[in-house]
Amino acid sequence: MLISPRAEFWSGVRTQLPILLGVSPFGMIYGIVAHEAGLPMSVALAMSMLVFAGSAQFIAAQLFATGAGGPVIVLTTFVVNLRHLLYSASVAPYVRHLSPAWKWLLAFLLVDETYAVTITHYRPHRPEDAPGTALHWFYLGAGLTLWVAWQLSSAAGYLLGAQIPSGWSLDFALPLTFIALLAPALRDRPAVAACAAAGVVAVVARGLPYNLGLSAGVLAGIGAGLAAERLRGMRLMARSPNPEREP
Amino acid sequence: MMRLWLIVAGMVVVTYGVRLSVIALLRGGMLPTGFMRALRYVPPAALSAIVLPALVAPDGTLDLSAGNLRLLAGIVAALVAWATRRTLLPIAVGMAALWLLQWLA
Repeated sequence: MLISPRAEFWSGVRTQLPILLGVSPFGMIYGIVAHEAGLPMSVALAMSMLVFAGSAQFIAAQLFATGAGGPVIVLTTFVVNLRHLLYSASVAPYVRHLSPAWKWLLAFLLVDETYAVTITHYRPHRPEDAPGTALHWFYLGAGLTLWVAWQLSSAAGYLLGAQIPSGWSLDFALPLTFIALLAPALRDRPAVAACAAAGVVAVVARGLPYNLGLSAGVLAGIGAGLAAERLRGMRLMARSPNPEREP
Repeated sequence: MMRLWLIVAGMVVVTYGVRLSVIALLRGGMLPTGFMRALRYVPPAALSAIVLPALVAPDGTLDLSAGNLRLLAGIVAALVAWATRRTLLPIAVGMAALWLLQWLA
């Protein structure tokens, strides 16, 4: 059962590889947008290295081009990245036994794609069992892979300003990867309810600014999942001969 | 130039702060049970909230017609993911399906 840190690390790297197909064109477009917005190369690449947040970087570059003030850009970044609060809470029980240095490093790498593959890898295990495992090495491998790819692709976009071969539709690899990760997450009816509600709300709210539709969808999904869980609990109670037993 | 670096510094602080928040705060005990139960639904909800708009509204406007090739290819990939529970196969099949549909269209 116990897998070595090295094996976990490379497993994280491998799992992230197909996602890079979708992320790299995105990173290149960011490089182009940043160049066109008039950001110096040092600032544009420092943003990729240190902020490391796809959609927030896009919006910041666009806001900069329109001459928006610093506080507006920082506040917008905050709102766009608020969804990471949920990721942080979701991953926290699995990494709470790690040293502060590990926590700071892993938190830095916590972006959508890395969260998705890592939590899928974590979920067959209970958080209580995490201390005996090398699961955090998977997280590190997946996170570093994405970080490196993001640096290379945004630099390539800034330098080359090349045309993305859009006819290949490589960006479609991103939603496809999330579809593949979604199937194992649908373990029971409440999870299916969460998925359905989140998807519908995210579609309806897709026009909201600052990527807020995504957060609205996730919150709706959590609500639907909890409601379905309660409903199922009540049904089990009604069927059970011993109503005092908690389902 | 100084102003730009200040903006980047501000972006780093708010972004990293949000990511680190709960991870750094959670030391001793576990999160409250009710909160943990709610967190179980973050993965399916977040994945679905990212995927569905990308499929049904690839250009921003809702398109449920058969002309929406990404929706069709996405459904094929979802069926493969559901049936096989594998990760790479649905990505490959979905990509191939989109190319085939684009070639046919």
